[in-house]
Amino acid sequence: MDPISILLGGLASGMVLFIVSVGLSVTMGLMGFVNLAHGGFAMLGGYAIVLAMRHWGLGFLPALGLAFVAVAAFSVVLERLLYARLYRASELDQVLFTIGLVFVMTATVTLGVGPETQVVQLPDWLRGQTDLGFIRYRTYSLALIATGTALVIALWLGFERTRFGARIRAAVDNRRMAQSLGVDVGRLFAVTFAIGSGLAAVGGGLGAEILGLDPNYPLRYLVYFLIVVSVGGLGRVAGVFYAALLIGVLDFVLKIYFPKGGTIFIYALALLLLLWRPLGLFGKRGA
Amino acid sequence: MTAARQLAERHRFRWWELVPWIAGVAVFFAFPNYLSFGTQVLITILFALSLDLVLGYAGIVTLGHAAFFGVGAYTVGMMAMHWGWNEPLSGLVAAALVAGAIGLASGLVLLRTRGLTLLMLTLCTMALLEQAANMGAAWTGGFDGMPGLSFGKILGLFSFDAIYFRSQYLYSLVVLLACFVLLRALIYSSFGQSLTGIRENLLRMHAVGAPVRARLVAAYTISAALAGLAGGLYTQTTGYVNLSVLGLERAAGVLIVLILGGYGRLYGAFVGAIAYMVLEHLLAKAYPTAWQLGIGLTLMAVALYARNGILGLGDALRRRFGAGGIR
Repeated sequence: MDPISILLGGLASGMVLFIVSVGLSVTMGLMGFVNLAHGGFAMLGGYAIVLAMRHWGLGFLPALGLAFVAVAAFSVVLERLLYARLYRASELDQVLFTIGLVFVMTATVTLGVGPETQVVQLPDWLRGQTDLGFIRYRTYSLALIATGTALVIALWLGFERTRFGARIRAAVDNRRMAQSLGVDVGRLFAVTFAIGSGLAAVGGGLGAEILGLDPNYPLRYLVYFLIVVSVGGLGRVAGVFYAALLIGVLDFVLKIYFPKGGTIFIYALALLLLLWRPLGLFGKRGA
Repeated sequence: MTAARQLAERHRFRWWELVPWIAGVAVFFAFPNYLSFGTQVLITILFALSLDLVLGYAGIVTLGHAAFFGVGAYTVGMMAMHWGWNEPLSGLVAAALVAGAIGLASGLVLLRTRGLTLLMLTLCTMALLEQAANMGAAWTGGFDGMPGLSFGKILGLFSFDAIYFRSQYLYSLVVLLACFVLLRALIYSSFGQSLTGIRENLLRMHAVGAPVRARLVAAYTISAALAGLAGGLYTQTTGYVNLSVLGLERAAGVLIVLILGGYGRLYGAFVGAIAYMVLEHLLAKAYPTAWQLGIGLTLMAVALYARNGILGLGDALRRRFGAGGIR
């Protein structure tokens, strides 16, 4: 494989990691809530897409939209009813709760759909190859890169240029100060939680091609999502983006050159980066 | 009872502290067909106890404690496989030493951080060791692990019982008792007291001049050694070792056991391990496909309604009816 193809493949999987993890980064930065069930929302999104396309004959894009709305709505119900009770609890209670939630999600999907791997059927216009002039590459990977890039620009604008984004940044940097200035952090959190889970759902569907989709998805990729979030720095959209691309490209390259146990380098890299910058590459020392 | 008297007497043995050991012996006679399962419960209790020292007492939140369990398990496995070292007790000592050494080395580096960073670093360390075990197939057996290991007689007297697990059960019970007595003495010593201080108020412990880092590293090392011992015991009693001893599922499992029982209180490990494993066993038997659903719902309910685990729930009930809690 030539270097450009490898880079494109790595960027595509990095984009998937970004789309899934970005919500986790913001919600963890906002509330300091250790949400180990975030990958579960990605998995539910993937299943929503597969089932909507199979049983209702929905197209790929409408199914993606449906997954975003359905999972965002479901997550905000969970957030208001259950998560909200644990904001003041210890990290350990949060870990116990979210791991329990992962088990419930995994079991529900296994019972309802079955333990086998699901395939997301891509529409014709996303299959095959596209000629970029200097290289021919898989259309789907290119579409993923374009989607991820568009998303990071949209999120960056939302964060840096809107009032809502300013509130989130303020609350991530210093929650108590933001609260005393009249920012309703609870509501802010509910909205970001919903958007983040919805994005994870979209990422789960878009990434099924690369990461696969089966009931063990949330636990299998938990470490990856957490590495991306902690290396990028909590609550930093740009940080998560760079970290996801770094990990995605590295993982892709290593899988080609060291098919056996290449992931060891990812863990070693994450370990060294976190020792060097405990708050992540882009994290700031907040409150 | 005044607070001062309570403090002065809290390390004394109480009558109910005999109950777990009487129950342990009673199980041996009452359920002869379940001793294999019972052995696994005992090992999980020991593993959870080791986690309680760092997590419950010193307040070090780790998601990678299975790293030390795995190191102990692989140490015993590799010694038996490559050197033919089958003597059980010295195997356990070696497992504890190697795991303790890795705990010391990683503790010196990792314990400078706190919170989420520390959680991630412990997780990455464990994942690193898991991948190393996967790659070093010539030594560790790689993905398939090392099946069919056999071990010599315990103290040269009792051979391992392949069918009913009688000697394994009693062996594990005695090892657990020895480790528990050690750990209990440690917890109620001034060393254990300073760990609790660090958990409760880091700043103040620094201010009174306590050697915080050294204490944390010491606790982490001792805990790693005990976890390694539990891992070694696992390999000896089951006769095999594979990558599952090092994985996230084992690390999350022991964390669940400890939080479920109640952390920072020694007996939480016992209650949690028994409750979790028996529940898992019964659910898996009754609903082979849906057991995870029941476990998941239980964990969520405990996190929401029974903070501080099952023993914490007991405390709350006792407070309502007057008497003091178990600590």
